Amino acid sequence: MKLVIGIVRPEQANQVLEALHRAEVRGFSMSRVQGHGGEMDRVETYRGTTVQMGLSEKVRFEVAVSDGFVDKTVGALCEGGRTGEVGDGKIFVVPLDHAVRIRTGDSDEGAVTPVSK
Amino acid sequence: MSGVDTGDTAWMLIATALVLLMTPALGLFYAGLVRSKNTLNTFMMSIAAIAVATVTWAAVGYSLAFDGDGALIGGLGNAFLSGVDFAPREGTTIPELVFFAFQATFCIITTALISGAVVERMRFGPFLVFSALWSVLVYAVLAHWAFGGGWLISGGTLDFAGGVPVEMASGFSALAAALVVGARKDYGRQALLPHNAVYVLLGAGLLWFGWFGFNGGSGFSTGEGSVLAFTNTLLCPAATLVVWFALDLVRGRKVTAIGAATAIIVGCVLITPAGGYVSPGWAMLLGALGAIPSYGIIVWRTRTRVDETLDVLAAHGTAGLIGILFIGFFAQETWNGVSDGLFYGNAEQLLDQVFAVLAAPAYAFVMTFILLKVIGAVMPLRATDKEEAMGMDINQHGEEAYVTGEGAILLLPDDHDKVAVPVADPG
Repeated sequence: MKLVIGIVRPEQANQVLEALHRAEVRGFSMSRVQGHGGEMDRVETYRGTTVQMGLSEKVRFEVAVSDGFVDKTVGALCEGGRTGEVGDGKIFVVPLDHAVRIRTGDSDEGAVTPVSK
Repeated sequence: MSGVDTGDTAWMLIATALVLLMTPALGLFYAGLVRSKNTLNTFMMSIAAIAVATVTWAAVGYSLAFDGDGALIGGLGNAFLSGVDFAPREGTTIPELVFFAFQATFCIITTALISGAVVERMRFGPFLVFSALWSVLVYAVLAHWAFGGGWLISGGTLDFAGGVPVEMASGFSALAAALVVGARKDYGRQALLPHNAVYVLLGAGLLWFGWFGFNGGSGFSTGEGSVLAFTNTLLCPAATLVVWFALDLVRGRKVTAIGAATAIIVGCVLITPAGGYVSPGWAMLLGALGAIPSYGIIVWRTRTRVDETLDVLAAHGTAGLIGILFIGFFAQETWNGVSDGLFYGNAEQLLDQVFAVLAAPAYAFVMTFILLKVIGAVMPLRATDKEEAMGMDINQHGEEAYVTGEGAILLLPDDHDKVAVPVADPG
């Protein structure tokens, strides 16, 4: 089992959702985060105060998958998130020790495999 | 000054301020209906109309609309406010300066209304150019036809507060603008939802408040026509709201907030042309019946490829058209002292109203279409797809509506040459 973390542009989030859906990855969570990588900063001005915005809005996907789904998930995140410009984000794949589905108590592979009911 | 009535003038000064408030209110209404990344740009389009249309109105617009009684266009006798002073405006008891200011606020809000068709993708610069040209070439001309002595008003068409130059003009211009500028890149592919329904409701409420000046001031006095229009501005939108609730309940089993805000606008538009001409009872019927076509067009339009984003055609064009026609049926001389409609034995009034609903939409649509094609040939109308994805607030104005300030570094005056700085140079 792996936890796949994908940090993408907010404007690409819908494409990522579509790509994950096509890859049949059904379970994930997403959150809004701020961060910075190598992209150029935006400069904004408010009533004469000029500021350099060091943090960019990003969307962070977290997908816990069984080993067979890792490549599909990474592929979907890349496909949906890529624009080719600096600032498209990163994907991190980290090992996952243990997972539990709270409703049933199913653990590990059983917990990260979606069930229809 | 002889001929000036102090009571009438006092009311018209207040009415002018009320109508001016409608444009920021429209900005708030529109801003709530777009995505959060386009909040400021959408609001700024309304502010831009205040800036640009006021100047063009003072320069030539007012004169073209209200100087003389040429069939198609007024003269240039009042250009740059020449001769606009404390003397009463002909046919009224208020100084022409007040009359000018009151009419200016109409030109402003009408210009701002069209922005609803092009928000979230049209660049700000071309919108400024468009506002300047449209306020003169379309608004001033139609205001002359309907208010200023042009062929519609002299032919007998009744339009109390602007069904022709404000509502039908903005609605059908919005359709043309949406067709020329084109749909947002994600239209029809993603759900593009209103980001703040509270703004939408508050904006609609402030618009309704301002509309009492808009309709109640269009008699240019505190006389019977103004009083009738004022009260009809309360009754008609309330009836629209009730019917809109019912339509929402039938269609989705729930009454929606955005629907209610839309209904307020539709109701106010319906009564705009008819306010001073129909009885309070007929005004309520107008509000009730008039809800149905606008509701239907909003439901239908979202299924098409036409991204007339904030439904200016449904809310203003359609409702304005219905209001103008309604006068032809239900105007009552015992209430308005001017003319009866078909229902009271005067079929000719209906014919006069039909001329207006044929001519005004055609002129507005064709002129706006040509105007935007010409502007588009000189400068790109749209932001690039990338800018559109990032949001118009950042790339058009360099500001955000909901900035957190986290990670913002203050740039001192010496740093102004650093326009864009890589935080961590990847190379």
